[in-house]
Amino acid sequence: MSATREKTTDATDQSLTSDPTRVVPYGDTLNDGRLQLSFSLPVPPSPEAEEAALRMLRAMGLEDPAIVHTRDLLTGGTFFVAYGSWREGVDFTAIKVPKAQSVVLDRKEIETIVESELLGRPIRVIGACTGSDAHTVGIDAILNLKGIAGHKGLESYRGFTVKNLGAQVPNEVLIAAARELEADAVLVSQVVTQKNVHIHNLTRFVELVEAEGLRDRFLLVLGGPRITHELAMEVGFDAGFGRRSFAGHVASFLVQALRGRG
Amino acid sequence: MESKLNLDRGRVGEARQSARRIADAVQAEIDEHTTSTVERAVLRLYGVDGVDDNEVPLPNRVVAAMEQAGALHFGAARVVGAALVQGFAGPQECAAAIAAGELAIESLLEVPVAEALDRADAAGGAGIERIRARRWERLELRRRLGSASGAEHYVIVATGNIHEDVLQARAAARQGADIIAVIRTTGQSLLDYVPFGATTEGYGGTYATQENFRIMRAALDEEGPRVGRYIQLVNYASGLCMPEISVMGAFERLDMLLNDSMYGILFRDINPLRTMVDQSFSRTINAFAGAVINTGEDNYLTTADAVEAAHTVLASQLINEQLGFCAGLREEQLGLGHAFEIDPEVEDGLLLEIAQAQLAREIFPRHPLKYMPPTRYMTGDIFRGQSQNAYFNLVSVLTGQRIQLLGMITEAIHTPHLADRQLALDAARYAATTARNLGQELRFVPGGRIQQRAAEVLEQTVEFLQRVEELGLFGAIERGMFANMARPVRGGKGALGVVAKAAEYRNPFLDRFHAELPLALEEATHVSHA
Repeated sequence: MSATREKTTDATDQSLTSDPTRVVPYGDTLNDGRLQLSFSLPVPPSPEAEEAALRMLRAMGLEDPAIVHTRDLLTGGTFFVAYGSWREGVDFTAIKVPKAQSVVLDRKEIETIVESELLGRPIRVIGACTGSDAHTVGIDAILNLKGIAGHKGLESYRGFTVKNLGAQVPNEVLIAAARELEADAVLVSQVVTQKNVHIHNLTRFVELVEAEGLRDRFLLVLGGPRITHELAMEVGFDAGFGRRSFAGHVASFLVQALRGRG
Repeated sequence: MESKLNLDRGRVGEARQSARRIADAVQAEIDEHTTSTVERAVLRLYGVDGVDDNEVPLPNRVVAAMEQAGALHFGAARVVGAALVQGFAGPQECAAAIAAGELAIESLLEVPVAEALDRADAAGGAGIERIRARRWERLELRRRLGSASGAEHYVIVATGNIHEDVLQARAAARQGADIIAVIRTTGQSLLDYVPFGATTEGYGGTYATQENFRIMRAALDEEGPRVGRYIQLVNYASGLCMPEISVMGAFERLDMLLNDSMYGILFRDINPLRTMVDQSFSRTINAFAGAVINTGEDNYLTTADAVEAAHTVLASQLINEQLGFCAGLREEQLGLGHAFEIDPEVEDGLLLEIAQAQLAREIFPRHPLKYMPPTRYMTGDIFRGQSQNAYFNLVSVLTGQRIQLLGMITEAIHTPHLADRQLALDAARYAATTARNLGQELRFVPGGRIQQRAAEVLEQTVEFLQRVEELGLFGAIERGMFANMARPVRGGKGALGVVAKAAEYRNPFLDRFHAELPLALEEATHVSHA
C-alpha cells in the first residue's frame, strides 16, 4: 500500500466474494480457502517428517493439508510443497489502512501545480539507497530520467531538480548532501533487507535529521518493494511507497504535501 | 573455434590493441606507486600476522608507523630487512617491536639500504614457498578428485556466522555446487584493515578473515572426497585491502577471488589510482597462487541498461583482460564477468542475451567466463523469477559459459532460504542435462538478429575504446563512461594511502612472482597432462 491512492480506487468494487465479512483464499472454486506453501524443516525426509509438516500446517489453522512434494536437502533437512484450506475468513469491511491524503495526478497536473502554485523555483529532490543495501534499482526507477516500465523518472518532470546519490550511502552523507542542495524532499530507498537491519537504519536516519534540527526542512519519503506507507509513518517518514509505485506517485505526493505546507 | 557470429576478427583485434594501449598507460602509473595495503600485504607475505590489544592488525601498526615517519615510499621490505640486520629474530618480532613502540622506523632507515634489501630478499622465500605448496596441493586435489566438465555451478552462503556458513556450504556441496562463495559482511570493502580470527556476526555476509578462510577451506576439503569432486572456495579481493585478501587467500588455498580493476572505483567510490595500484599487486599474487579471478562487469548492468550499455561490458572485459595480463594472469585465470540483465519485457531480449553471451565466448575463447543471473529485474514474483533463471541457465549452457552463478528465487527479497540453493542447483542441472549439446547443433542465421546484434555491440565497443584511449582510463571514469558512475581521479576513499615509490623502493615478492610465473605455468601444464 502506497502513500497515494488512485482516484477511483474502491477495493470492494470488483470483488468476487459474496460475503465481504468472511473473505477466504480462492483456489479453484469460490470460498474453497485453498492455498499453497513451501518451506523446509530441519529434519531428514521420512514419514515422521511428513507428519511433522502436516501437524505444523494444522497448527497454522489449515484444514485438509496435503504434502504434494518433498525434496531431500541432503543435510538433515527436507523441503516441502503443500496445499491446504483456510476457511476462518477475514472481515474485509473492518479493514482500515492508513493512507496519505493525496491522490495520483498526471504529469501535466503535477507540472502545472509546480509552476503556478509552488515555490517559484524547481522542487529539489535528493535520493539514495542507504545503509547496507546495494540495490539501486528502486531509487533509479523513481529518480532517473529513464524510469522503469515506461514510467519516466522524476528527472523527466518539469520543475524538479533531482540528485541521485546511488547505493550504500551512509545516513550522514545523505543528510549533508540534502542540506547542501537545500532539498525540499529526501527519498530513501530500501530494496533488499535482512533481519530487519533496515528498520534500525531508517529509524537512525530520522533521528539524525531530527538531531540536526532539519525535520521541518525536508519531506522524508521512503520507498522499496517491501515498504508500506504505514511502516514509513511508523519509522518517522512522511510517506512510504511500495510495489508498483512510480515517479508519478511520488511527484503527486510531493506537490500536494508542499502545497499543504503553503 | 568456429565463429557462430561471423565476427569481424580485424575489429576484434583493433579493440584488443586499443585496450592494451589503455592498460599500458595505466600500468605505467601503477608501477610508480605503492599503497598502504600493498605494503601491508608485503608484511603478511613475510608472515606478519595477529592484532594488538585494540584488535588492530600488526601489518596496520607497522604501516602506520612508516607513514608517520614519512617512509612508506621505501616499502615495508626495507624495514623488515633492516630489522633482521639489526638482529631481530624474524619479521613478526620486528612488527611486534614496532607496535610496542620499542623500535623506531627512523633507526631502521639508518641501516645501509643495500644490506637491508639483501636481507629482505632472502627473508621472502618462506612466504613464497608457502604459496607454492598450496598451489601444488590444489593441482593434486583437482587431479585426484576431478571437477565439473561443463559449467561450474556457483552458489553463495551469507549467514554472517562462519560456523553456520560451513553448514550451508557443506549442504550446497552435497546438493551439487562446484563453487562456494562466502559473501562478505556489508561494509567490509571500506575497512582499511582486515579483521582477525573466526567471526560469528556480520550483516548480509561474513567477515573475510584468514581464520574464516581456513575454517571453510577445511570443511570443503572434507566434502570433496564425499561428493567426488574438488569444491572451490571464493572470496572477495576487492575494496581497500585487495592485495592483503589475496595473500590470505593464497595462504589458505582459495581458488577464486573477485578481483576487478574498476569495481572499487565505480561502486565503492575508492580512489582510482589506489584501486589500480592495489588490483595490480593483488592480481600478481593471485596469478602466482594459481587462483582464478572474477571481474565485475555484471555490476555495470545493475546501474546502466543492459541493451544500451552492452558495449561498455565488452570494453571493460577487454581492459580487465589487458590489466590482468600486465599483472601476470593467464587467460585461463581470467573469469571475465557478464550478466543476464535485459528487461524481460524487451521483445527478443533472449536473442540479445544469446548474442552477448556468445560474443564474450568467442572473443575470450580460453577464459573461464563468469556469467551472472538476473538481479535487476527480479521483482519478488518468485514464480517469474524461477522462469527468468531457467532462461539464464539455458543461455549459459547454449553458449558454453564456465563459471555459472545460480540465480535464487529470493533474489531482491532477502538472503536465500535453505532450500533455495537446492532449487537453483536442480534447475541448473536440468538445463545442463536437457540441453547439453544444444550449442553444437545450433547455428545462427547469417545476418540475422543475433549476428547483427553481436556486430553492433562489437562496433560500439571499438568506438568506445577509442574514446577511452583518447581520454585515458582515469579520464573516462571521471566522465562516467562506465556504469554511468562518474568518479574524479583525485577523489574517493583511500587516496591518502597512495605514495610515489622512492628510487630505492623494493617489493621482493612482486619481482619474484613475476619472475616465476612462467615456471608456474609449466607446472600447471605438467600436472594437468599427468
